[in-house]
Amino acid sequence: MTSPIAPDLPAAGRMPVKPRASVWRRLVKRPLAMLGLVIIAIVLAGAILAPWLTGYDPNEQMFDGLTLEGAPLPPDAKFWLGTDLLGRDLLTRMLFGARTSLIIGIVANGVALLIGTLVGVTAGYFRGWIGSALMRFTDLMMAFPALLLAICLAAVFEPSLWIVAMVIALVNWVQTARVIYTETSSLAEREFIDAERTIGASAPRILFRHILPHLLPTIIVWGTLGISTTVLLEATLSYLGIGVQPPTASWGNIIFENQTYFQAAPWLVFFPGAAILALALAFNLIGDALRDILDPTQRGRG
Amino acid sequence: MNAGAANRPAGAAAPVDSIAARPVLDIAGLCVSVRGEDGEREVVSDLSFKLARGETLCIAGESGSGKSMTALAIMQLLPQPAGRISSGTIRLGETNLATLNERQMQRIRGARIAMIFQEPMTSLNPVLSIGRQLTESIEAHTDLSQSQAQRRAVEALKAVRISEAESRLKQFPHELSGGMRQRVMIAMALALEPDVLIADEPTTALDVTVQGEVLELLRDLQREHGTSVILITHDMGVVAEMADRVIVMRHGRMVEEGAATDIFALPQAEYTRELLAAVPRIGTGAGRQESRDAAEASKPANVADVDDLHVRFDLRGGFFGRINRRVHAVEGVSFSIAPNETLALVGESGCGKSTTAKALAGLVPYQGDIAIGGRNLSGLGRAARKAVRRDVQMIFQDPYASLDPRMRVGDLVAEPLLIHGIASKEERRERVAALFERVGLSADQMELYPHEFSGGQRQRICIARALALRPRLIIADESVSALDVSVQARVLDLLKELQREFGVAYLFISHDMAVVENISDRVAVMYLGQIVEMGTRDQVFSNPRHPYTKRLIEAVPVPDPTRRRERFARLDREIPSSTRRIGETPPRLALTDVGGGHLVAV
Repeated sequence: MTSPIAPDLPAAGRMPVKPRASVWRRLVKRPLAMLGLVIIAIVLAGAILAPWLTGYDPNEQMFDGLTLEGAPLPPDAKFWLGTDLLGRDLLTRMLFGARTSLIIGIVANGVALLIGTLVGVTAGYFRGWIGSALMRFTDLMMAFPALLLAICLAAVFEPSLWIVAMVIALVNWVQTARVIYTETSSLAEREFIDAERTIGASAPRILFRHILPHLLPTIIVWGTLGISTTVLLEATLSYLGIGVQPPTASWGNIIFENQTYFQAAPWLVFFPGAAILALALAFNLIGDALRDILDPTQRGRG
Repeated sequence: MNAGAANRPAGAAAPVDSIAARPVLDIAGLCVSVRGEDGEREVVSDLSFKLARGETLCIAGESGSGKSMTALAIMQLLPQPAGRISSGTIRLGETNLATLNERQMQRIRGARIAMIFQEPMTSLNPVLSIGRQLTESIEAHTDLSQSQAQRRAVEALKAVRISEAESRLKQFPHELSGGMRQRVMIAMALALEPDVLIADEPTTALDVTVQGEVLELLRDLQREHGTSVILITHDMGVVAEMADRVIVMRHGRMVEEGAATDIFALPQAEYTRELLAAVPRIGTGAGRQESRDAAEASKPANVADVDDLHVRFDLRGGFFGRINRRVHAVEGVSFSIAPNETLALVGESGCGKSTTAKALAGLVPYQGDIAIGGRNLSGLGRAARKAVRRDVQMIFQDPYASLDPRMRVGDLVAEPLLIHGIASKEERRERVAALFERVGLSADQMELYPHEFSGGQRQRICIARALALRPRLIIADESVSALDVSVQARVLDLLKELQREFGVAYLFISHDMAVVENISDRVAVMYLGQIVEMGTRDQVFSNPRHPYTKRLIEAVPVPDPTRRRERFARLDREIPSSTRRIGETPPRLALTDVGGGHLVAV
C-alpha cells in the first residue's frame, strides 16, 4: 500500500508560505481605504485647526453675509460655501461643527457599539437566564421610543456635549445588541467552539479569541452605519432644545436649521449633508478594507 | 425473481440490437471551466461518454474530480456567473443542451432530465407540503388539472413505496425521516417519467440500512420505467451495487471507462487500482490489524470507565412552554476502555453514539458515572476536572468546521498547551513543530490558515491538536467519514501508528462498518440510546448475535459487482423515535454474556 504518512497533497498544489505584512501596511496599499483615511484626516484637521483655517467667527452674524433683501448668499469668492439664514459663514460653521459631529459620530457611536456588542455576545454565548434577561431588556429598550428616552435622559442631566453623546449611546446600542446576539448564538453552535471546549478553553478565551473575531464584519458594518444615524440624532435632539445648544454649530443642526429653506438655499443643506455622507463613507471604506484584511480566507484578493 | 435483471449481467451494455442502441444522452468533448480568484480553471476537461437507454452509468471519483460539475453542466445549473461550458456538446436525443437558453432549458429540466441531490432536507422547501411540491412540478410541465396532478403525485409516492400516500401529501419535509425525504425526492424526479435521472450522491447522507433501501428502489424503478441513470458517487460499494458501466474521474479528466465487472476485476489505470485498494472492506480488507482478545486488552487500570450513562434533553411544548417531552439520547450505557485499545461505537444516526462521546468530552450534561484514569469526574472540583479532562481529547467529523478559520494552524495546535500552561513559548513552538512533523505535515506550514489545506491535511492538524496534551483517550467522532477513501486509509494508518507509539486509547465512533472492522479492537453497537451488542471485533463481525447488528453488517454495500445483492437488508419499519413523554422511560435492555465477554441484548 501507500506509504503510511505520505502527505495528502492539496489538489491545487499551492502552498506558499509568505510572511504577512502588517495590517497598516496592507491597509494603505488599498486605494479605497486610502481615500477613506484621507477624508478622515481632512475632517480631523478641519476640526482641530478650525480657528486658524478661517477668518470668521462661527457665530458672528455678518452684515455683508446677507443680500439686501435678507436672503443668505450662495457660495462665492468671499464666502466659499455661502452663508446661512443669519448671515454666518457656512464653511466656518462646518469646520467648528466638525468637532461636535466627530465626537458624536465616533464617541457616542463607539460607546453604543461597545455596549451592544458586550450585551449581545454575553446573551448569545451564555443563553440561559442571563441571556433571556439581557435580551428582554434589549427588547424593552427597542419598544421604548428612542427619542422620548433621549429627551428624558437629557432632561435629567445638565446638557453638555458629552452628556448628549452618552444619551445617544444609551439609545443606540439596542440594534447592535440584537444583531450581535443572533450571530453569536449561531457561532456558539459551530463545531470549532465545541472543539475549543474539549481542549479546556475558558469562556472568556472562547469569547474574545474565537467568537469576537468572527463578529468583526458585523461590528464594522453597524459601526459605519451608526455614524450618520448618530450625527442626525444629535441634530434632532438639538432641534428639540436638548442637544448642543445654539449657536454652537454641528453638522446635524446646520441641516436642521436650514432644511425648510432647502429650495431657496440648497447649499445650506447640501454641504453639511455631503460632509456627513463623506464621513460615513470614509469609515465604511476603511471598515470594508479592514474586514478583508483581517479575514484570512480573503487573503490574496483585491 | 426478476428475469430481466438476471439475464442482464452487470457490465454488458444495454441491448445493442434494438432501437435503443441510439444513446439517450451523448456527451462529446465537454469542458467546463470556473472562474476563480486566479483566473479561469478547467474543472472538467474533454469528457465524452454516451448513455444508453435503461443503463446505469456510475461516475466515480474523489472530491475535486469534477463529477458533480459534469452533472450540473448537463442540467445547465453550473454556479453562476463563474461556471460555464467552454466547449463540447451535450446531446439529449437531437437537441444540444449546451446551446439552449434558460427558458428552453426549464422545459427540459424535470420533464426530460431530472436530478436528485445529496441532502434531501435542503433540496426540499421546508415551508411547502410534500403534495404542493410534487404537484407544482407536474403542473409546470404538463397540462394536467390540479386534481389530475394530485392523482399523479399519489401514484408517484406509491411508486417509491411510501405508505399512506394520500395523507403524506399534507405533511411537511421535517415530519419525514431522511430516507423518506430522499424517496420523496425520487418520486418528484420520476413523476414526469424523465429519460435521464441524474443522482448526485443520493445515499451519502443516509444511514446504511436506509441507503440499501433507496438504492434498491432506484434499481426497481429503473427496471420498470427504463430510465437511464447517471449515478454520481464516491462510494465504490455503491458503484459495485448499481453500475452497468463506470467512469472513473480524477482532476476533471476521465481516467478509465468500462463495464462495472471489468473495472473491479481488472482495473487498467493506476489510479483506479489505488482507489479500489483504499476502499475499506469487511472481512479481508486492506490494513486489517490483528484483533487483540479481550483478556489481553483489558488491563486492570482502564483509561475510561463509563457506568450507567444517561443523557436526556428536555423538550418544551404546550401553551405554557413547560417541559412535556424528553429525548432519551443515551440510556444506561456502560463500557470501559483499556490503554492502547480501540473501542468502536457504531450505530445509525440518532442512536446516541455522538451524544455518548460528547458526554465523555464534557460537552453535554449527563447522569451516571464517567471515570477517567480511575477518577470519577462527578466528584471533582473545577480545577481538578480541567486537569482530568486533559486526558480526553476529541477529533471531530468535519476538520474544517472544528478549526477556527481565523487562526493560524500553528496557533491552533499550540492552544491546548497554552491553555493548560504547559511549556514556555519557545518550547511550545518546538513541540508544535514536532507534532506537525509527526502527523505528516511540515513545520513551515504552521503559519498557514485552515482553508489553505486539503481535507486530509486538516484532519491531520486536528489529530496533532488532540495529541498536543498527550491524552490517554482520544475520541474520534466520525473522524474519517468526510474524507476521500484514499485519504481515509492514510489517516487511519496514522491513527494506528500513533496508538502504537503513544499507547493512546481510541473511542472510535462511526457509522461505517468496514472502517470499524479495520481499526477496532472491540465493538459496541448502539441502537436507540442503548448498547445492544458488545464484544471483540471478531466476536461481533464473525458472529453477530443481535438482529440489528446483523442488519447493519448486511446492509454495507460490497465493493464487488459479482456479489451484487438482489434484495437489500430491509428495515421492516422506521426506527422509532427516542423522544418520550415525561415520566415514560424506555425499557432497559439486559445484556447477557454469550461467551468470551461477548455481550448481547435479549
